[in-house]
Amino acid sequence: MTHGTLRTGLRAASAVAALSLLLAAGCSSSTATSGTSSASKKANLAITFLPKNLGNAYFDTSDKGGKKAIDELGGTYAEVGPAAAAPDAQVQYINTLTQQGVGGIDVSANDKAAICSALQDAMTAGVKVVTYDSDTNPECRNLFINQATADGIAKVEVDMIAKQINDTGEIAILSASANATNQNAWIDLMKTQLASSHPNIKLVDVVYGNDDDQTSFDKTAGLLSAHPNLKGIISPTTVGITAAARYLSTSSAKGKVMLTGLGTPNQMRQYVKDGTVTAFALWNPADLGYLAAYATAALIKGDITGKTGDTFTAGTLGKFTVGANNTVLLGDPYQFTKDNIDQFNF
Amino acid sequence: MSTTTNTATKPPAQPPVVKTYSDYGRPLWRRILLTREMAIVALLVAVLVVASIQLPRFATPLTMTNLLLDVTPILLISLTMAPIMITGDIDLSVGSMVGLSSVVVGLLTHSGWSIPSAGLVAILVGAVGGVVNGLLVTRFGLPALAVTIGTLALYRGLAIGLLGTTAITGFPRYWTQLAKSKIGDTGVPAVMILFAVLLAVFVVILHFTSFGRGVYAIGLSKDAAAFSGIHVARTRVILFVLSGAMSALAGVFYTLRFTSSRGDNATGLELAVIAAVVLGGVSVFGGRGALHGVVAGVLLIGALSNALRLAGVTSDVINIITGVLLVGSVIAGSLLQWIQSRRVRPATTAASA
Amino acid sequence: MNSAASRVLGVLRSREMGILLAFLLVVVLGTLKNPSFVFSKDGWHDLLITPSILLVVAVGQAIVIITRNVDLSVGSMLGLTAYLAGTIFVKYPSIPWQLVFLIGLAFGGFLGLINGALVGYGKVPAMVITLGTLYAYRGINVAWTGSNRINADQIPQGLQAVGNNSILGIPILTIIALVILLVAAWYMRNMRSGREMYAIGSDPDAAELYGLAKRRRVITAFVVSGAMSGLAGVLYTARYATINSQAGYGFELDAIGAAVIGGVAIVGGSGTVVGAAIGAFLLYTINRALPVIGIPDFWQKAVVGALILGAIVLDRVLAVRQSRKLRETKVETTNETKEVAA
Repeated sequence: MTHGTLRTGLRAASAVAALSLLLAAGCSSSTATSGTSSASKKANLAITFLPKNLGNAYFDTSDKGGKKAIDELGGTYAEVGPAAAAPDAQVQYINTLTQQGVGGIDVSANDKAAICSALQDAMTAGVKVVTYDSDTNPECRNLFINQATADGIAKVEVDMIAKQINDTGEIAILSASANATNQNAWIDLMKTQLASSHPNIKLVDVVYGNDDDQTSFDKTAGLLSAHPNLKGIISPTTVGITAAARYLSTSSAKGKVMLTGLGTPNQMRQYVKDGTVTAFALWNPADLGYLAAYATAALIKGDITGKTGDTFTAGTLGKFTVGANNTVLLGDPYQFTKDNIDQFNF
Repeated sequence: MSTTTNTATKPPAQPPVVKTYSDYGRPLWRRILLTREMAIVALLVAVLVVASIQLPRFATPLTMTNLLLDVTPILLISLTMAPIMITGDIDLSVGSMVGLSSVVVGLLTHSGWSIPSAGLVAILVGAVGGVVNGLLVTRFGLPALAVTIGTLALYRGLAIGLLGTTAITGFPRYWTQLAKSKIGDTGVPAVMILFAVLLAVFVVILHFTSFGRGVYAIGLSKDAAAFSGIHVARTRVILFVLSGAMSALAGVFYTLRFTSSRGDNATGLELAVIAAVVLGGVSVFGGRGALHGVVAGVLLIGALSNALRLAGVTSDVINIITGVLLVGSVIAGSLLQWIQSRRVRPATTAASA
Repeated sequence: MNSAASRVLGVLRSREMGILLAFLLVVVLGTLKNPSFVFSKDGWHDLLITPSILLVVAVGQAIVIITRNVDLSVGSMLGLTAYLAGTIFVKYPSIPWQLVFLIGLAFGGFLGLINGALVGYGKVPAMVITLGTLYAYRGINVAWTGSNRINADQIPQGLQAVGNNSILGIPILTIIALVILLVAAWYMRNMRSGREMYAIGSDPDAAELYGLAKRRRVITAFVVSGAMSGLAGVLYTARYATINSQAGYGFELDAIGAAVIGGVAIVGGSGTVVGAAIGAFLLYTINRALPVIGIPDFWQKAVVGALILGAIVLDRVLAVRQSRKLRETKVETTNETKEVAA
């Protein structure tokens, strides 16, 4: 194929012009500040939140809490994340954040090992890494902000379902993604607690909805058709429990198959009111994000180094101490029922 | 075929003798520089220059590392995808083979195998997958598009089925560090050495051997190639086997780089490879394309993505640009052809510009 | 007419009927293991409703494949239209949802028109064009959605009822899908433009020499595929009522798989939309039946892949046998003619 010199030149020139315009536009919308190395005089309070995925109500709330904290601190807030909850997608974002030279990354991990080396590269470059909600291996982050003890979270869910099905029968778990650290920790503890305290309850299946609404919806349908004697479903993920509730509320299993787990009041309100769900639990995700941001800022400013015993103040939430394994605990889970659900708006 | 003049009757004022191969009718510099591939290379250079000027943090070793590590699987697979597409076939199962090889590596290392042996087994699995593709395409005469859509689902299904929805994440540190290691201080990842070697091999195969000439011939006309003595079926099968093995190699790298072996690794990678290869000048109809264009195409998409992400532009815009670039580049080719066919051609024996 | 009827019956016997039998076999296996797979209100409901959205898209895809093209962008078109529908409801909560159906069809048709125009006028293979639009439409979808999500409480109850309720035991979504199927099947069999699409897929050059409006038919095929994807997007909104930027991701492979399994040859020129519809049902019912039978559901994709490969090999074997039969009849006829002439 022959191409005229003029044509090729024109094409290259117009491409350069288009790209320059594009990059100029991109630059003006850039949210990363020009933070230099952490040895600079002014602390680099550009903190970016990297949740498991975007478009998730739980993370919307938690990251808004983070934003509130960062505004109070006078830093710069940003939120990036993949559209679907996959670990390799998070790696690319972490790499970009390292390149941009942010001060701190707050990440909820999709996999406890897959994002490790990217996080370690970030830490080597001077970025402070804090995990919240879902942890990684301890050597890849400075701190982990845990919403409640894994034990406590597992116990409250097991207790709720046991009460709702009269302590006897088959149950199943609708989880998020098969690798999520927090999910696996909770599921393992639930199995232990069921074995020790609830011998008449049998866990027949664990399915994964990948924190995707349609998948969780379809998996709930699958559970009901594969296990006709199912009495209860535990869904320790806000996306899963909402989808399952929506399916149950229009099916003939409503009221016969009990559903509980971790959900946000706003998403669950109509299902609590119409009787599909009697009780579920959560904590305040906004507080979680708030605390995570303050912890990150404390690390950046050098107030704490993240080792056990360090203390710092987290704005309106008060003083916190770093516990074992470089973990900071937010509090205890809270049970929502139709009596108290209207008091909350998140 | 040059025209010869009869010395007995010399006609007056003959126009000068010219070769009528249009390929060789232009000076060397024009043949090399004014091609579709060079346009992509020029575009790549332009992107790099503009990005380095506009984004202060772009021209750093860290950027080069991230960029190259991100595109390494695509670079590797494009080396084999290009010849396949030049013959007029296509291989949509490469992404699934990356996933399957990743699962194989994960399962074997988990049961105690060493990384090199697990990697070899994975590459073998890839080759077998390629044989399946090649046989279905040549023996049964099925279109490559349909066969590889089927094997895309089959291999991905095997990967997910073998591992379930969990992932294996414990790999020997030596190897995972090696996968990400750099050459000295330059920021160029060490795996680029492997790629450079493979690139040299494939350049030689494709552009300097008769096997490579056969690949182009098959793409231009299977029947003519068969009648010229080229073993069409064997060539196509070999290319599919190479593609499977290369995808498996990319899968080994992918697993070590992300230290995570999952059934759904690299879902959708095949589309990225095809987009880059087509952008790099390989014609989907077959018979045309060169490796330097393909490499430039891959790097172009990689550099654009990296630069835009650095500038804070979200990744979805990058997808839009990739899509538009892809469509635009193939339409532009068609458009240019159409414009040229509308020009009135002067009736001379001299080769026209 | 009798020989034509028997020929039609013969075709049905070899392909669509075979797929239908496979589908019934899967249903029987599932029901044997768990009677509520079919014989319960929910089981019956799920059996019919889950494949309905895929059916609509597969019908459009089948028409495109019959013309010897392929449309890889159907998943992205579905997602984009679903989000558009959701956004309309958020902005104008009192809009009648029937109107949104029409908007979905029109928007999808418009997206398909872009595909069709690029393929028709650009002389570039459809695979490349629709690969590009797959990226572009999905990118637009994600950029527009940002981190938003449309929730169930923002979708009017009327539409959600359409998505989940049944009339006389048959889900409304399935009824809609079946109506679409009937219209498409009738069009492809009886309208001249439908028959011309078969001709174009069989041999594009011959079709062009014959004088068929090839470009117009191809563009029409893509517009139909787009419109079907758009309609499916609205149906998705009706059924799931929660839309993020990933709606419909990967759907195109399911649609192509359904069509191929249903007997639509990937080289074009043969197959029916009815076959594609049955293929859609078979595909999704296998997905649902596997866990019931006891096979962990992550082997689904492998089963689907094996089915697709089996289907295209079978197609090829049948096509070879058919062309051999045609050659033999031709030889016989020629011999007869020779005898008569002699």
